[in-house]
Amino acid sequence: MLHTVNKSPFERNSLESCLRLAKKGSAILLLEDGVYAAMGGTTVADKVASAAKDNSVYVLGPDMKARGLAEGQLIDGIKVVDYAGFVDLVADNDGVTPWL
Amino acid sequence: MAEYEFDTEGVKKTITFLNRKAPYGTIYALEVLESVLISAAFEQHANIVFVDDGVFQIKKGHDTADLEMKNFLPTYGIIEMEKEDADEDEDMDMNWRIIVEKESMEARGLTPEDFKVEVEVLSSAELADVLATSDAVIGG
Repeated sequence: MLHTVNKSPFERNSLESCLRLAKKGSAILLLEDGVYAAMGGTTVADKVASAAKDNSVYVLGPDMKARGLAEGQLIDGIKVVDYAGFVDLVADNDGVTPWL
Repeated sequence: MAEYEFDTEGVKKTITFLNRKAPYGTIYALEVLESVLISAAFEQHANIVFVDDGVFQIKKGHDTADLEMKNFLPTYGIIEMEKEDADEDEDMDMNWRIIVEKESMEARGLTPEDFKVEVEVLSSAELADVLATSDAVIGG
Protein backbone atom coordinates (compact mmCIF):
# COMPACT_ATOMS: atom_id res chain seq x y z
CA MET A 1 0.00 0.00 0.00
CA LEU A 2 1.23 3.48 -0.91
CA HIS A 3 0.22 6.22 1.52
CA THR A 4 0.29 9.82 0.31
CA VAL A 5 0.43 12.87 2.61
CA ASN A 6 -0.11 16.28 1.01
CA LYS A 7 -0.63 18.52 4.05
CA SER A 8 1.92 20.24 6.27
CA PRO A 9 2.42 18.38 9.57
CA PHE A 10 2.38 21.75 11.34
CA GLU A 11 -1.10 22.62 10.12
CA ARG A 12 -2.93 19.28 10.14
CA ASN A 13 -2.69 15.80 11.60
CA SER A 14 -2.63 14.01 8.22
CA LEU A 15 0.96 12.81 8.69
CA GLU A 16 0.35 11.75 12.28
CA SER A 17 -2.71 9.69 11.29
CA CYS A 18 -0.87 8.20 8.35
CA LEU A 19 1.99 7.05 10.59
CA ARG A 20 -0.49 5.65 13.12
CA LEU A 21 -2.48 3.67 10.54
CA ALA A 22 0.08 2.57 7.94
CA LYS A 23 1.28 -0.98 8.42
CA LYS A 24 5.03 -1.48 8.81
CA GLY A 25 6.71 -1.88 5.44
CA SER A 26 4.42 0.56 3.64
CA ALA A 27 5.51 3.12 1.07
CA ILE A 28 4.83 6.71 2.16
CA LEU A 29 5.08 9.61 -0.28
CA LEU A 30 5.22 13.21 0.99
CA LEU A 31 4.03 15.72 -1.61
CA GLU A 32 2.67 19.27 -1.93
CA ASP A 33 2.77 20.84 1.59
CA GLY A 34 3.52 17.37 2.95
CA VAL A 35 7.16 17.82 1.88
CA TYR A 36 7.83 19.98 4.95
CA ALA A 37 7.69 16.75 7.00
CA ALA A 38 10.79 15.49 5.18
CA MET A 39 13.05 18.26 6.53
CA GLY A 40 15.47 17.67 9.40
CA GLY A 41 15.41 19.80 12.54
CA THR A 42 11.64 20.19 12.88
CA THR A 43 9.37 19.16 15.76
CA VAL A 44 8.21 16.13 13.73
CA ALA A 45 11.65 15.09 12.43
CA ASP A 46 12.23 12.36 15.04
CA LYS A 47 8.88 10.77 14.28
CA VAL A 48 9.53 10.86 10.53
CA ALA A 49 13.07 9.51 10.95
CA SER A 50 11.71 6.59 12.94
CA ALA A 51 8.97 5.98 10.33
CA ALA A 52 11.67 5.95 7.64
CA LYS A 53 13.29 2.99 9.43
CA ASP A 54 10.11 0.87 9.31
CA ASN A 55 8.79 2.06 5.93
CA SER A 56 10.00 3.39 2.60
CA VAL A 57 9.53 7.16 2.79
CA TYR A 58 9.67 9.24 -0.39
CA VAL A 59 9.37 12.95 -1.09
CA LEU A 60 8.33 14.54 -4.39
CA GLY A 61 11.29 16.54 -5.76
CA PRO A 62 9.38 19.19 -7.75
CA ASP A 63 7.33 20.09 -4.65
CA MET A 64 10.53 20.42 -2.57
CA LYS A 65 12.20 22.54 -5.22
CA ALA A 66 9.19 24.84 -5.55
CA ARG A 67 9.38 25.50 -1.80
CA GLY A 68 13.12 26.12 -1.74
CA LEU A 69 13.94 22.95 0.15
CA ALA A 70 17.29 21.34 -0.60
CA GLU A 71 18.13 17.64 -0.58
CA GLY A 72 20.83 18.33 2.00
CA GLN A 73 18.12 19.25 4.52
CA LEU A 74 16.32 15.92 4.18
CA ILE A 75 16.00 13.46 7.05
CA ASP A 76 18.28 10.43 6.50
CA GLY A 77 16.66 7.56 4.67
CA ILE A 78 14.11 9.62 2.71
CA LYS A 79 14.34 9.18 -1.04
CA VAL A 80 13.53 11.90 -3.57
CA VAL A 81 11.33 10.91 -6.53
CA ASP A 82 10.28 12.86 -9.63
CA TYR A 83 6.86 12.60 -11.32
CA ALA A 84 7.87 9.42 -13.17
CA GLY A 85 8.94 7.96 -9.82
CA PHE A 86 5.55 8.89 -8.38
CA VAL A 87 3.89 6.93 -11.21
CA ASP A 88 6.17 3.95 -10.51
CA LEU A 89 5.20 4.03 -6.83
CA VAL A 90 1.51 3.97 -7.72
CA ALA A 91 2.03 1.16 -10.23
CA ASP A 92 4.26 -0.94 -7.94
CA ASN A 93 2.08 -0.75 -4.85
CA ASP A 94 -1.21 -2.47 -4.22
CA GLY A 95 -3.47 0.59 -3.88
CA VAL A 96 -3.11 4.14 -2.61
CA THR A 97 -4.38 5.55 0.69
CA PRO A 98 -4.57 9.35 0.56
CA TRP A 99 -4.23 11.33 3.81
CA LEU A 100 -5.79 14.67 2.96
CA MET B 1 -27.50 12.23 -24.10
CA ALA B 2 -24.61 9.84 -24.40
CA GLU B 3 -25.20 6.31 -23.29
CA TYR B 4 -22.60 4.57 -21.21
CA GLU B 5 -22.14 0.89 -20.69
CA PHE B 6 -20.44 -0.36 -17.58
CA ASP B 7 -18.98 -3.80 -17.84
CA THR B 8 -19.11 -4.53 -14.13
CA GLU B 9 -20.53 -8.05 -14.26
CA GLY B 10 -18.75 -10.14 -11.66
CA VAL B 11 -16.52 -7.28 -10.52
CA LYS B 12 -16.45 -7.17 -6.74
CA LYS B 13 -14.04 -4.93 -4.88
CA THR B 14 -13.65 -3.88 -1.28
CA ILE B 15 -13.58 -0.12 -1.11
CA THR B 16 -12.64 1.71 2.07
CA PHE B 17 -14.06 5.18 2.59
CA LEU B 18 -11.74 7.01 4.96
CA ASN B 19 -13.62 9.89 6.60
CA ARG B 20 -11.26 12.19 8.52
CA LYS B 21 -13.00 15.58 8.49
CA ALA B 22 -15.74 17.03 10.67
CA PRO B 23 -19.05 17.61 8.87
CA TYR B 24 -20.29 20.95 7.46
CA GLY B 25 -17.05 22.99 7.84
CA THR B 26 -15.74 21.63 4.53
CA ILE B 27 -17.22 19.64 1.66
CA TYR B 28 -15.08 16.51 2.23
CA ALA B 29 -17.63 14.60 4.32
CA LEU B 30 -20.47 15.10 1.87
CA GLU B 31 -18.28 14.14 -1.11
CA VAL B 32 -17.25 10.88 0.56
CA LEU B 33 -20.87 10.12 1.41
CA GLU B 34 -21.81 10.57 -2.27
CA SER B 35 -19.11 8.04 -3.21
CA VAL B 36 -20.43 5.56 -0.66
CA LEU B 37 -23.86 5.76 -2.27
CA ILE B 38 -22.38 5.22 -5.72
CA SER B 39 -20.52 2.11 -4.55
CA ALA B 40 -23.82 0.81 -3.13
CA ALA B 41 -25.44 1.17 -6.57
CA PHE B 42 -22.76 -1.19 -7.90
CA GLU B 43 -23.16 -3.60 -4.94
CA GLN B 44 -19.53 -3.35 -3.91
CA HIS B 45 -18.12 -4.30 -0.52
CA ALA B 46 -17.45 -1.23 1.57
CA ASN B 47 -15.69 -0.27 4.78
CA ILE B 48 -17.03 3.08 5.90
CA VAL B 49 -14.38 4.29 8.31
CA PHE B 50 -14.37 7.28 10.67
CA VAL B 51 -11.00 8.55 11.94
CA ASP B 52 -9.85 11.83 13.51
CA ASP B 53 -12.57 14.54 13.29
CA GLY B 54 -14.46 12.23 10.89
CA VAL B 55 -16.02 10.61 13.97
CA PHE B 56 -18.10 13.78 14.44
CA GLN B 57 -19.90 13.01 11.15
CA ILE B 58 -22.06 10.35 12.80
CA LYS B 59 -22.56 11.99 16.19
CA LYS B 60 -26.25 12.00 17.12
CA GLY B 61 -28.38 15.14 17.01
CA HIS B 62 -27.21 17.18 14.02
CA ASP B 63 -29.59 20.06 13.28
CA THR B 64 -28.47 22.06 10.26
CA ALA B 65 -31.72 23.97 9.72
CA ASP B 66 -30.14 27.33 10.57
CA LEU B 67 -27.17 26.67 8.27
CA GLU B 68 -29.43 25.84 5.35
CA MET B 69 -27.18 22.89 4.59
CA LYS B 70 -28.11 19.25 4.04
CA ASN B 71 -28.11 17.31 7.29
CA PHE B 72 -26.56 14.01 6.29
CA LEU B 73 -27.23 12.02 9.43
CA PRO B 74 -30.49 10.68 7.91
CA THR B 75 -28.46 9.41 4.94
CA TYR B 76 -26.22 7.48 7.33
CA GLY B 77 -29.39 6.04 8.83
CA ILE B 78 -30.32 4.79 5.35
CA ILE B 79 -26.81 3.37 4.87
CA GLU B 80 -27.23 1.43 8.10
CA MET B 81 -30.58 0.09 6.88
CA GLU B 82 -29.04 -0.90 3.54
CA LYS B 83 -26.25 -2.65 5.40
CA GLU B 84 -28.76 -4.58 7.51
CA ASP B 85 -30.71 -5.57 4.38
CA ALA B 86 -27.52 -6.76 2.70
CA ASP B 87 -26.51 -8.70 5.83
CA GLU B 88 -29.88 -10.48 5.96
CA ASP B 89 -30.30 -11.16 2.22
CA GLU B 90 -28.45 -14.36 1.40
CA ASP B 91 -28.58 -13.65 -2.35
CA MET B 92 -26.92 -10.31 -1.94
CA ASP B 93 -23.11 -10.40 -1.96
CA MET B 94 -22.43 -7.03 -0.41
CA ASN B 95 -20.45 -6.72 2.79
CA TRP B 96 -20.54 -3.41 4.57
CA ARG B 97 -18.72 -2.46 7.73
CA ILE B 98 -19.13 0.81 9.61
CA ILE B 99 -15.92 1.32 11.57
CA VAL B 100 -14.75 3.90 14.10
CA GLU B 101 -11.15 4.13 15.28
CA LYS B 102 -11.07 3.76 19.06
CA GLU B 103 -8.25 6.28 19.59
CA SER B 104 -10.03 9.01 17.59
CA MET B 105 -13.33 8.37 19.35
CA GLU B 106 -11.84 8.45 22.84
CA ALA B 107 -9.72 11.53 22.14
CA ARG B 108 -12.97 13.39 21.42
CA GLY B 109 -14.77 12.18 24.54
CA LEU B 110 -17.20 10.01 22.56
CA THR B 111 -18.54 6.50 23.13
CA PRO B 112 -20.37 4.15 20.70
CA GLU B 113 -23.67 5.31 22.24
CA ASP B 114 -23.00 8.82 20.89
CA PHE B 115 -23.30 7.63 17.29
CA LYS B 116 -26.42 7.64 15.14
CA VAL B 117 -25.49 4.26 13.66
CA GLU B 118 -24.17 1.04 15.13
CA VAL B 119 -20.40 0.93 14.66
CA GLU B 120 -17.50 -1.49 15.04
CA VAL B 121 -14.84 0.09 17.22
CA LEU B 122 -11.36 -0.97 16.10
CA SER B 123 -7.90 -0.16 17.44
CA SER B 124 -5.36 1.60 15.21
CA ALA B 125 -3.58 -1.71 14.59
CA GLU B 126 -6.81 -3.45 13.58
CA LEU B 127 -7.76 -0.56 11.32
CA ALA B 128 -4.30 -0.60 9.71
CA ASP B 129 -5.08 -4.18 8.61
CA VAL B 130 -8.43 -3.09 7.13
CA LEU B 131 -6.71 -0.35 5.10
CA ALA B 132 -3.91 -2.62 3.93
CA THR B 133 -6.35 -5.28 2.66
CA SER B 134 -8.69 -2.91 0.80
CA ASP B 135 -8.75 -2.93 -3.01
CA ALA B 136 -9.14 0.86 -3.03
CA VAL B 137 -9.20 3.64 -0.44
CA ILE B 138 -11.18 6.83 -0.98
CA GLY B 139 -9.87 9.53 1.35
CA GLY B 140 -11.70 12.54 2.64
